[in-house]
Amino acid sequence: MHLDVRIPMGLLFLLLGLILVGYGLVSDPAIYVRHSLGQNVNLTWGGIFTAFGAGLLLFARRGRKAE
Amino acid sequence: MHSYLPVSIAAAGAGTVHDLVLKLAGVDYLILGLYFAFVIGIGWVLRKYLKTSTDFFESGRSLPAWVCALGFIGANLGAQEVIGMAASGAKYGIATSHFYWVGAIPAMVFVGVFMMPFYYGSKARSVPEYLKLRFDEKTRAFNALSFAVMTVFSSGISMHALALLLQSILGFDYNLCIAVSSIIVLIYIVTGGLTSAIYNEVLQFFLIVLGLLPLVLLGLQDIGGWNGLMTQLQGYSASKGMPGAWSHSWAYMGSTKANPMGIEWFGLAMGLGFVLSFGYWCTDFLVIQRAMAAKDMGAARRTPLLAAVPKMLFPILVILPGMLAVGLCQKGGFQLPPSADGTPNYNMVVPAMLAQYFPNGMLGIGLTALMASFMSGMAGNVTAFNTVFTYDIYQSYLRKDATDAHLMTVGRVTTVVGLLISVACAYAARQYNNIMDMLQLVFGFVNAPLFAIFLLGMFWRRATGHGAFFGLLIGTASAMAFHGLTLPVGEAAGIKGGWLGAHWFFASSMAQNFWMAIFAFGGCFAGTMAISLATAPNKTDEQLRGLVYSLTEKIRDHGTPWYARPAVIGIVVLAAAIVLNIIFW
Repeated sequence: MHLDVRIPMGLLFLLLGLILVGYGLVSDPAIYVRHSLGQNVNLTWGGIFTAFGAGLLLFARRGRKAE
Repeated sequence: MHSYLPVSIAAAGAGTVHDLVLKLAGVDYLILGLYFAFVIGIGWVLRKYLKTSTDFFESGRSLPAWVCALGFIGANLGAQEVIGMAASGAKYGIATSHFYWVGAIPAMVFVGVFMMPFYYGSKARSVPEYLKLRFDEKTRAFNALSFAVMTVFSSGISMHALALLLQSILGFDYNLCIAVSSIIVLIYIVTGGLTSAIYNEVLQFFLIVLGLLPLVLLGLQDIGGWNGLMTQLQGYSASKGMPGAWSHSWAYMGSTKANPMGIEWFGLAMGLGFVLSFGYWCTDFLVIQRAMAAKDMGAARRTPLLAAVPKMLFPILVILPGMLAVGLCQKGGFQLPPSADGTPNYNMVVPAMLAQYFPNGMLGIGLTALMASFMSGMAGNVTAFNTVFTYDIYQSYLRKDATDAHLMTVGRVTTVVGLLISVACAYAARQYNNIMDMLQLVFGFVNAPLFAIFLLGMFWRRATGHGAFFGLLIGTASAMAFHGLTLPVGEAAGIKGGWLGAHWFFASSMAQNFWMAIFAFGGCFAGTMAISLATAPNKTDEQLRGLVYSLTEKIRDHGTPWYARPAVIGIVVLAAAIVLNIIFW
């Protein structure tokens, strides 16, 4: 039985997502006007990364239970 | 590179030192550091599962199909694809999608449905070993040696391109980049073997997808959506004297003068769609190794088929940025840094778009995705190299009675040595760019005919060892002769061809390359058939069982639900590829 790849992947994306969300909340809004057409992409994509990471961890947990 | 993609990434960062500089913040370094920690951590955790050499080199043949499938395309999703396809998207427009919808997809379906039963079912541990079982020792030796040299060279080129790029856009030290990237790859392969490489490829796959997708969406939004992009590309292609060529894949393939690739439909379909892409996806151990790590025959066959689904959608991530870049340049407000000769440096499409659209935070993600693509390219080559060297060279010629534990040690030592040679190649590439171009050319000669002997070997039982070996030599010689006698228009005789006297001319290097492949394949195919018929079979039917189509029991998929049957998935994938070709005609 190998390590379930969804666990490290889920953890990494969860952490990356949280970092992005955190940075999105505290960063200067001017950087979004300068770069990303005024949208706070750190917040949006941080949320997506977090959800993706959490989803992977959830699936890994379900997979383990099923076994 | 032992790939059929058209762009040299050796000069990825050249000429951009003062034109494009990304400014990283603490958060970007944090993201990068976290990624490195996880990559190494995966290898570290997996080390306890490594008990035998089969675990180290073949992942114990235990992985589920979806993991192998993402590893299958992840290993291929190197910098050549991310940087190179974006550059091609800028240079050729939608027609670049031929490398996916005509090139990769049919070949991936073919290997999954028809060829995997022989690779996986024969219990060969590598592609060269299959050639030994099917043909003879010398054919295996030829393939193993050329493959081993190509993999370390390719890994070195990836390393060099990464260091050059980071040096030019971030001001990082070249030597430090080489040291850090090679040490990280070394750690996670030595500790976790092939499983670690595949797991990291899966991780890298998602990172690249989620890192590039926002870039594409922002670019699209900026240009006014798909219609806005098409409008700008119409203007751009008209200014290049080929109206419409950037926004259609097939419509302008009737003549070499009507499209920027300089190729017509037959050369494209035969050269790229058949010879080169089947040659790569069906015979290159780097990708086949991922499918052979699957837990059973069904999973091994589904690996390339499942991989074909995301592969089909990759043009959105890797070609669209290039099209957006030229569209945005046309619209104004966006610029690509110039290369040494003053023309836009298309290899800088992705870095330039990162600089434009990603603020700190997402910039760290984008950069990590880029690093991931370089490292997956390196690791893929290194794992294929250590397996082929250990099984097909060391165990076959140097120490036949090696114990399992000894083989595992050899695998680890080979990983270190392979990476050291790659580092040497990286420095050689930095010093002598021409030598690298020359080596790429030689690999092209050797690879072009390869698919012919696999096709004959698997589907014609009369093909013999002598036939295959000398057929390969004839194919390679055909490729060389073709190259020596032809030249792209406007090029000087030399490394571009014509060194035997240029008698035929092509509209582009790409067209010359596709036609060279067709000739090499034809030479090898005819040569192998003729010599096989003239020589006595060297294997009995019993020895060929499981290796040749007519002597192998057909796999029955009766117990498998219809949606998991390779033939069904293959037909659906092919139909989807046809639909995409029609939509973007």
